[in-house]
Amino acid sequence: MGETVVDLLPEVTWVGVLIKAVLILAIISALAGFGTFIERKVLAFMQRRLGPMHVGPYGLLQIAADGIKLFTKEDIIPQNANKFIFKIAPVITAATAFIALSAVPVFPDFTIPEFIPVLGGVFVPSIASDLNIGILFVLGMMAAGLYGPLLAGMSQANKWGIIGAARTAVQFLSYEVVTGLSILAPIMLVGSLSFVDFNNYQHDEGVWMMFYQPVAFVLFLIAGFAETNRTPFDLLEHEAEVVSGYATEYSGMRWGMFFIGEYANMITISVIASIVFMGGYNPETMLFGFSIGWLLIMLKIAFFFFLMLWVRASWPHIRPDQLMWLCWKVLMPLALINILITALVVMV
Amino acid sequence: MSLEQFKNRNVGVQNYTTLDVGVSPTTNKAKFVQFITRAVKGELFVGLWVTGKAMFKALFQGDMHTVKYPFEKMPISPRYRAIHDMLRLLESGSYRCIGCGLCEKICISNCISMDTRYDENQRKEVSEYTINFGRCIFCGYCAEVCPELAIVHGPRYENASEQRAGFSLFEDMLTPIDKLNLQQEYDGFGAISPNADENIKQTPLAY
Ligand code: SF4
Ligand code: SF4
Repeated sequence: MGETVVDLLPEVTWVGVLIKAVLILAIISALAGFGTFIERKVLAFMQRRLGPMHVGPYGLLQIAADGIKLFTKEDIIPQNANKFIFKIAPVITAATAFIALSAVPVFPDFTIPEFIPVLGGVFVPSIASDLNIGILFVLGMMAAGLYGPLLAGMSQANKWGIIGAARTAVQFLSYEVVTGLSILAPIMLVGSLSFVDFNNYQHDEGVWMMFYQPVAFVLFLIAGFAETNRTPFDLLEHEAEVVSGYATEYSGMRWGMFFIGEYANMITISVIASIVFMGGYNPETMLFGFSIGWLLIMLKIAFFFFLMLWVRASWPHIRPDQLMWLCWKVLMPLALINILITALVVMV
Repeated sequence: MSLEQFKNRNVGVQNYTTLDVGVSPTTNKAKFVQFITRAVKGELFVGLWVTGKAMFKALFQGDMHTVKYPFEKMPISPRYRAIHDMLRLLESGSYRCIGCGLCEKICISNCISMDTRYDENQRKEVSEYTINFGRCIFCGYCAEVCPELAIVHGPRYENASEQRAGFSLFEDMLTPIDKLNLQQEYDGFGAISPNADENIKQTPLAY
């Protein structure tokens, strides 16, 4: 595979790809850990609490404490579980979440400044690989990630786990159609599946996609919440109903991997929403003569991340049958109508 | 009220008014209309607004409700029945307990034990006085029965201990003679807590 990638993308060398892959893995895992901290803090503030306060300044080192706890906890595998699948399921969730990120551009391309030794002057396309089927790849990978909860729930010989797995299937079947259909309309407008083209299209048009395609934007957001298993669609592991759903029997780092996968997915969805609908990084946005596209996209990603936490603090979650009703009877027809109208407009 | 009336009274009905919650739709069309109105009306954003406002107030207007407990303590109500205190007479500094034994007698968990003797003036005084806080149920009878207001419930409520029996001696509970000016008088059974004014606010139903 290495050779073909290098051939396809002249400015991407295999060393660069390797470095970027490691960077993505490191930064996103760190961000996922930090995300748990932010989530606890934001939820606490919205409930007028302080949140974690005692480990480190403002409780910042709580992540480290949690990490130590997760790593040193006993790894329990239930007696009647299918051991192989039980062990491999969390890896699927975490791995697919990270693989999906490999085709997502987070920053604009940049050149490393000259004054930095050795690497100075190197042009860096800041995407691990600009696939020409980027969106398809990312959505497919995130969908494949659902095998994690599904297999985990079915392998652990626990009734709550089975219910969690069943709900995974229900949720998966419901929202995946909406995700695909909602993003189809923007794809028709842009005429490409590459994220970089999306970014450039909005840049050329000068208008964010979310104003061209408000319906698609809302539908995608809703489906994105379901995809990342967030409130109001957190059916898979809703404590009040199914103990912990698919994660009931997991402990220690295996459970932690589910968590990292979930947060990495949240970041991915935030990035996709920012790039596809909110203008993405725009290298020529200038403020005082500096290109601030990278800053803007970080703000956009942060906003979507915050929105997920905000929604979690505010809204009740819905029942599985309501989710199916919503996805199949409301969102899917809306998405179809949206595609139809877009198609007519594109044709004319 | 006669006994008959008293037995038949219905506590639940007289003063309650039912809220107007509207009617649930039954037909599919009505359900659809309700769905659309709710979706378009932006009720969801009201929810976001409420939590957003709560966060803003908590962060910037000091409306944070966490009490960092071991470092920060809420004032407790004077009616709270915590570990007992033995009070002194403010004028002379000698202790108020006259050794009448009423508290020992009334204590329903038998945890007060005391002994008395005659002092040099042939007056009764307490020689031994202990309360076993492992047995005390903090019913407050002892404080209520005391004719001299000598035994009262103080503000110390952290009474976790390593052993089941925890005896408190008379001297431990007695106001130290050098702290006599700080001795708090018991406020009485209807007393409100010192921060009661701050705690008055609109009920959540007000919005
Ligand atoms: S509070 Fe009740 S149980 Fe405790 S010492 Fe007084 S009378 Fe006895
Ligand atoms: S009732 Fe009061 S005065 Fe009598 S023995 Fe008890 S503490 Fe002393």
